Amino acid sequence: MTYLLEIAGITKSFLDIKANNNISLKLKEGEIHALLGENGAGKSTLVKIIYGILKPDSGKMLLNGEEYNPENPDFARKQGIGMVFQHFSLFESLSVIDNLMLGQDEHVSRLTVMDQLSYIKDEYDLYLDLNKTVATLSAGEKQKVEIMRCLLQDPKIIILDEPTSVLNPEEVKKFFHFLKKLSSEGVVILYISHKLQEIKELCDFATILRNGNVVKYCDPKILSINELAKFMIGKDINQSYKLSEVEDIDVMNINNIKYNNPELYGISLQEINFNVQKGEIFGIAGIAGNGQSELMKVLSGEINNIKQGSILFHGKEINYLSINDRRKKGMVFIPEDRSGHGAIGNFSLIDNLLLTNLWDVDFFKNGVIDYIYSAKKTKEVIDEFNVICKDENSLASSLSGGNLQKFVVGREILKGPDIIVCEQPTWGVDIGSANMIHDFLLDKARMGATIIIISQDIDELRKICHRMAIISNGKLSKIYDASSITSENIAIEMAK
Amino acid sequence: MDLYIAIFQGIIIASTPLVLASIGELIVEKSGVLNLGVEGMMIIGAVSSFIVTYETGSHLLGLLAAIISSGLIALIFGILTQYLLSNQVATGLALTLFGLGLASLIGQSYSGITIESFPSLEIDILKNIPIIGDLFFAFDYLVYLSVLMVIGTYLFLNKTKRGLILIATGDNHDSAHSLGYSVKKIRLLSIIYGGACAGLGGAYLSLVQTPMWVENMTAGRGWIALAIVVFAVWRPLWIFAGAYIFGGITIIQLHIQATGVNIEAQYMSMLPYVVTILVLVFISMNKNRLAVNAPNCLNKLFTSDI
Amino acid sequence: MFKLEKKANIDKSSVFMVPLSAIGCSLIFVFILFILLGKNPTLALFIIFIEPLLSVFGISELIVKSTPLIIIALGLSFGFRAGVWNIGAEGQYTIGALSGGATILAFYPMSGLWLLPVAFLVAIISGALWGMIPGILKAKFNTNEILVSLMLTYVAILFLSAMVYGPLKDPDGFNFPESRLFHDSGILPIIFHGTRAHVGFLIAIFLVVMMHFLLTRHMVGFFIKVSGESPRALLFSGKSRNQIIYLSFIICGGLAGLAGVIEVSGPIGQLVPAIPVGYGFTAIIVAFLGRLNPVGIFLAGLLLALTYIGGEAAQIKLGLPNAITGVFQGVLLFFLLAADAYTKYKISLVNIRWKI
Repeated sequence: MTYLLEIAGITKSFLDIKANNNISLKLKEGEIHALLGENGAGKSTLVKIIYGILKPDSGKMLLNGEEYNPENPDFARKQGIGMVFQHFSLFESLSVIDNLMLGQDEHVSRLTVMDQLSYIKDEYDLYLDLNKTVATLSAGEKQKVEIMRCLLQDPKIIILDEPTSVLNPEEVKKFFHFLKKLSSEGVVILYISHKLQEIKELCDFATILRNGNVVKYCDPKILSINELAKFMIGKDINQSYKLSEVEDIDVMNINNIKYNNPELYGISLQEINFNVQKGEIFGIAGIAGNGQSELMKVLSGEINNIKQGSILFHGKEINYLSINDRRKKGMVFIPEDRSGHGAIGNFSLIDNLLLTNLWDVDFFKNGVIDYIYSAKKTKEVIDEFNVICKDENSLASSLSGGNLQKFVVGREILKGPDIIVCEQPTWGVDIGSANMIHDFLLDKARMGATIIIISQDIDELRKICHRMAIISNGKLSKIYDASSITSENIAIEMAK
Repeated sequence: MDLYIAIFQGIIIASTPLVLASIGELIVEKSGVLNLGVEGMMIIGAVSSFIVTYETGSHLLGLLAAIISSGLIALIFGILTQYLLSNQVATGLALTLFGLGLASLIGQSYSGITIESFPSLEIDILKNIPIIGDLFFAFDYLVYLSVLMVIGTYLFLNKTKRGLILIATGDNHDSAHSLGYSVKKIRLLSIIYGGACAGLGGAYLSLVQTPMWVENMTAGRGWIALAIVVFAVWRPLWIFAGAYIFGGITIIQLHIQATGVNIEAQYMSMLPYVVTILVLVFISMNKNRLAVNAPNCLNKLFTSDI
Repeated sequence: MFKLEKKANIDKSSVFMVPLSAIGCSLIFVFILFILLGKNPTLALFIIFIEPLLSVFGISELIVKSTPLIIIALGLSFGFRAGVWNIGAEGQYTIGALSGGATILAFYPMSGLWLLPVAFLVAIISGALWGMIPGILKAKFNTNEILVSLMLTYVAILFLSAMVYGPLKDPDGFNFPESRLFHDSGILPIIFHGTRAHVGFLIAIFLVVMMHFLLTRHMVGFFIKVSGESPRALLFSGKSRNQIIYLSFIICGGLAGLAGVIEVSGPIGQLVPAIPVGYGFTAIIVAFLGRLNPVGIFLAGLLLALTYIGGEAAQIKLGLPNAITGVFQGVLLFFLLAADAYTKYKISLVNIRWKI
């Protein structure tokens, strides 16, 4: 059998962490090959090595039977390897056509590119206004630009890194159709994902990674989702959650909020209506960049100048309250970004604890910070929420994503809040930590706290929410029961 | 009439060093680097061109000296910020402080000497056209060069692939890197080019404007050049507008002083700086206009490997 | 070229090693420079860096020169930590000197212990207000604070000149552009008799201690640290970026203003056009060399003051150009910034092929 690309014994370490340990993998002509693993398993590192962004510490790669050592991405592209990144490598302030030109060799003229594009467009159904500025495009459209840039190179192998994370279900369907067409034309696709259902549906072969090692080569169509998951995570996934009891007391009412985003290309909010009750977990689903972070800021008070509508907390309007005034009333907030928003990497855990506590008079006296008390509280968070770290003086950046997130969640839960508003609480977190975080939140809800979760992970919301709604283009959909919402409901709401 | 022609000529001559320095800095900033050392690079250009011209008698060699010496000290900034990842603001300040010190050190024994003035365009037919000749064809070569450089920069950025690559580097260095462009090399070359331009601007001061060397003779023009780039909102052709406004104010306030208006000279001398501030405020008020054109990666650290 | 890899943990000793190695490299640089200038390098270094420390006069001058540097740099470091780039301290210093001096002159010839405190208060407030201009413009209109604060420096210097040539000129001064000499109530007490060393130095030491406390124990210091790391996290912690910008400019402008009035009521004793001599800019180097740490700034202020005194001595004794001081200071900052790379990154030399 002939292999297009053979990878043998690739090892790559960062500092003292082995991101890839002796990984081997073979790509056969015409196959859609899944690279499966959870966050931090080493998938991204491996493809960056194949694409020439990183250099392996040891190991060997053969392309068409010849030794292949990509110096840089350009070299990889010349050899017929293309890549579509998860975090787009686009130039936001430039037009679509300029972005496409930048992927071409110097001597390729604009006319040639236009020519090729008209072919690609018809062939693969990729329509876009070429003169639009990329920043104005939706995430799905940006991905199209990436794919067009990739196809212009006429690649033999295309690497796709979590491509469906920015697509709504309808778009995913079309996208799979497109990939199958590409594959049937002989293009090899290396498909990186942690979504098992997709891989079963799409891929011919799967290489499963865990902690930087290959744990299984298999045909994903044969194995069940549970079996795949077991290889990926190393243990059974615990899927059964017992939901909390909801009491018929309104904790928060959001009435017809309108927020005009002053930022260039920023998403404005409108028609946001919902209420949450005591003990309830309310989910807000949506694809990235549809107004989630704006809504989060409006709820937290980082934005407190909305022009229209009202936010009631226990029946009192809090529109104009600052974030710390809201915290004083028993609200806590967990933003999406752990580096530079909810926590600071260069700060110790004690300082990170202080980040959201310097309104609470227990932590200071006459403006002088009580570091002894702060250290004690930090230790409590570490112990109660199972944060693995050296001690309370460790830098936040020295913790793994999962442990830092447990710390951030624990820091807020420890305040004994009435309401927890969180965005993507398990984003980029290993499954073990994600399950723990879900447990922490559910426990809190059972004790009577109210929780609002803004998340792109629909499965997460379905698992732990009572009710949910979908945000699209800054507007919130009608509210569904999480137990009865269908994929069609979601697809329709996301496409609005 | 003659007075107005003299004022016009004065404005062009006062503005040209600003045009030269700011068009260079525009390229640097478009590539995503903020070099605050324009003042230091200008003064090095001024002193080195003066010394070489004085010693060799050749203005051309003087200009060459300015380009090389300012390019070289810009290279220090480039290596520090691009390869040793130092803070751009601090390094730019260091460049200014170092440049001012070094210039007064090497220029010390040349203080107060004068040199022959710079040759101007001598095409009699054009020059003898009434009024037009005096307005447009009576300048030194550098004035015309500065105009060509601005137009050239406009064409480079908007019409060439390399210009597009430069803009892309300033827009998103990680993307540029992942497409295989060498961000650091592009930026280093831009920084050196910006240094050379600032050097030319400095040379204009000591060779053309006042053909002599005076300590600290740049007197904040490097900083004004930086302000002009913001004023132009990173669009090359607008550099003209910015530079000629500031040159205009400088000259007009001098003429007002000369007419003996009863205002202390110091207050008139403040005008260019005060106007700079007002213009900066006016331009900065429209955040979105700035955001459209400002390089996204300006003054951001690029840490990737290659 | 170089290849930099981020170090896992920053070596604590680098806090001392970086400034020391930068100082060492700068000394080697000027050593070579002296040889090129045809001077005996060892003798020159001795005259600049050692000899001033051997006499009472030298030490007292060190105290005089370091006082404004330390006080201004303390203010600057506060802003730099927060990511607020005020580089117009020279102007704020000038305004402080002018307003403080004008206050003393306004009460001439009234005397009393109240005069200096009043003048100091006026200077601090006016320095802070002058500093607030770029702060407000930054906060309200998003204007670049670096450029505005610098432009205002030129305005301040011209304003001082206009005042000294105009309303504040000494009526009995034969038309020289100088104010009258301050009377005794407007002059800072001397610490050591027979020298120029004045109590301003004690104020500087007090401020070092205060600033250390503010930065390490107080909430203000914590928020400044957050602001320097991430404006988003600052907003999340409940403070707005604008609050930090205002605070930084007030503290920095106020301290620079204080340094200005200390200088005119200390060693100068009157208002002259040449009050601004670049302390506001040298203080930037002091702040960085001192690692933005109050104690470090104190030591760095002494060192940079030494280069001024030593530079003057070398000019007199060896005929070395005075500009050597400026060159040394600039080079020092370069080496410091370069040495910083060694604390954060592991540097190795590698061959890289370039492609545009």
